[in-house]
Amino acid sequence: MLYAILCYDDETVVEGWSKEQDDAVIAKRRRVQEKLAAQGRLGPVVRLMPTTAATTLRSGPEPLVLDGPFAETKEQLLGFYIVDCATLDDAIAAARELKADETGGAFEIRPLRLYRPGDGAG
Amino acid sequence: VSGLIGIDATLGAARPRVVGALLRYFRDLDRAEEAFQEACLRALQHWPRHGPPRDPAAWLIFVGRNVALDAVRRAQKQEALPADAALSDLDDAEAALAERLDDGHYRDDLLRLLFICCPPELPATQQIALALRIVSGLSVKEIARAFLVSEAAMEQCITRAKSRIARSDLPFEAPGPVERAERLAAVAAMIYLLFNEGYGASGGDAHLRLPLCEEAIRLARLLLRLFPAEPEIMGLVALLLFQHARAAARLDAEGAIVLLEHQDRSLWNREMIAEGHALLEKALRHRRPGPHQLQAAIAGVHAHAARAEDTDWAEIERHYAVLERLQPSPVVTLNRAVAVAKLRGPAAALALIEPLAVPLAGYFHFFGIRGALLMQLGRAEEARVAFDRAIALARTPAEAAHIRGHLDRLAAEAQAAQK
Repeated sequence: MLYAILCYDDETVVEGWSKEQDDAVIAKRRRVQEKLAAQGRLGPVVRLMPTTAATTLRSGPEPLVLDGPFAETKEQLLGFYIVDCATLDDAIAAARELKADETGGAFEIRPLRLYRPGDGAG
Repeated sequence: VSGLIGIDATLGAARPRVVGALLRYFRDLDRAEEAFQEACLRALQHWPRHGPPRDPAAWLIFVGRNVALDAVRRAQKQEALPADAALSDLDDAEAALAERLDDGHYRDDLLRLLFICCPPELPATQQIALALRIVSGLSVKEIARAFLVSEAAMEQCITRAKSRIARSDLPFEAPGPVERAERLAAVAAMIYLLFNEGYGASGGDAHLRLPLCEEAIRLARLLLRLFPAEPEIMGLVALLLFQHARAAARLDAEGAIVLLEHQDRSLWNREMIAEGHALLEKALRHRRPGPHQLQAAIAGVHAHAARAEDTDWAEIERHYAVLERLQPSPVVTLNRAVAVAKLRGPAAALALIEPLAVPLAGYFHFFGIRGALLMQLGRAEEARVAFDRAIALARTPAEAAHIRGHLDRLAAEAQAAQK
């Protein structure tokens, strides 16, 4: 089963990280990604720009284009991983490993219903 | 709480919002700051044991407010009974928790906190220092380092600015739309000054000042988060990102200035440039052009060019022409002249800047550009005079060294011609 591991955190906190802190988190997570990739279980990995770069299209009789993310939340979707896991426990274990030694934020683990990687991007 | 990122990042991120809310409660900047400090101390004791709260800012506002009210109560037991007015704020503690549901306040609190740092009568450096101290929470020592002054001098500067604020009437009423727009513009201008304070620096000390640029970007993003549909604030963030993306390429190993056209573009930060473009695209959809958007668009044209010779100077000149109409200024005309020189040659550019000699008589870049144009035209003697004047006006050793390089070239050419 394919799972998305959706990374939520307060983006103002993440922006406050020094470059060293940011690099340390990225490096730590990359080690886990490399392990998953070696097992052939890692799909796309995405880091999103801040929500200030987001635009929201809200449907209605006349669809509205709005600046910013669709919802004002304390924690924002900052990125995600797609990981192939046999069981939910495996997915939780992968998420746990990715999130190890971090204090803030949350990972939402969500099974994929459809997966079409496409070939138009990257 | 242990691990890679400590509580510090959370407290730092929450600071503007918390101090802003506490300022609304206490209407006293010092008390608001003390209450925030106290709340942070409690957080450092409490969070490691119980984990960080879901909404750290609401927690800090709640605790900060109660701690400060406790202090007031204790002080009052020893003193005469206070006036009712002083107690009227001591309402149900539950109300403070409801704060987190009330994001309408949040925006005005934060804008107020930023706005009180930029009264027009304060000189720019004091506004910036104040914002760094109050909003960003940098220590006096850090700010002094960034401004390259002694800690004592910076302490005095901030104290003076603060007492000036304390004496003035703080704007506590909820602002109307016009006032809000005015505050927004004042704050955006202050953030731009803060960025320039870091960006304009060069030479051996430049690395000390990069944090000013980073802090300016943080504050600009904070402002954009408060006003997500303001194209000028999008333009501001985009502009700062485009400029800051070049930081690593702007000075060589010896700390000498590397002009845009000679920079190693592989050192430019592509992530920042991409975000700048994304914000600029969003801004332009609003069709409400403004100075920040235009400056961002110009910086974006540079960022877009893979090599200096690929720069779309016609596009840049068009942007400067609009900027000139929107916000006429000799400096804008001077910048347009640089684009004109690329498009139509040095003579046309020189004609354009001739009328600026009086208004820009004390401006380093005017003489730097004038000298360069004259040099291109082979008018060596006049070029030398302009460069001499530029050196006299240089603000940093790196600026002076750059012009000296031109003078050396002129001297070498003159010598070669004599032989």
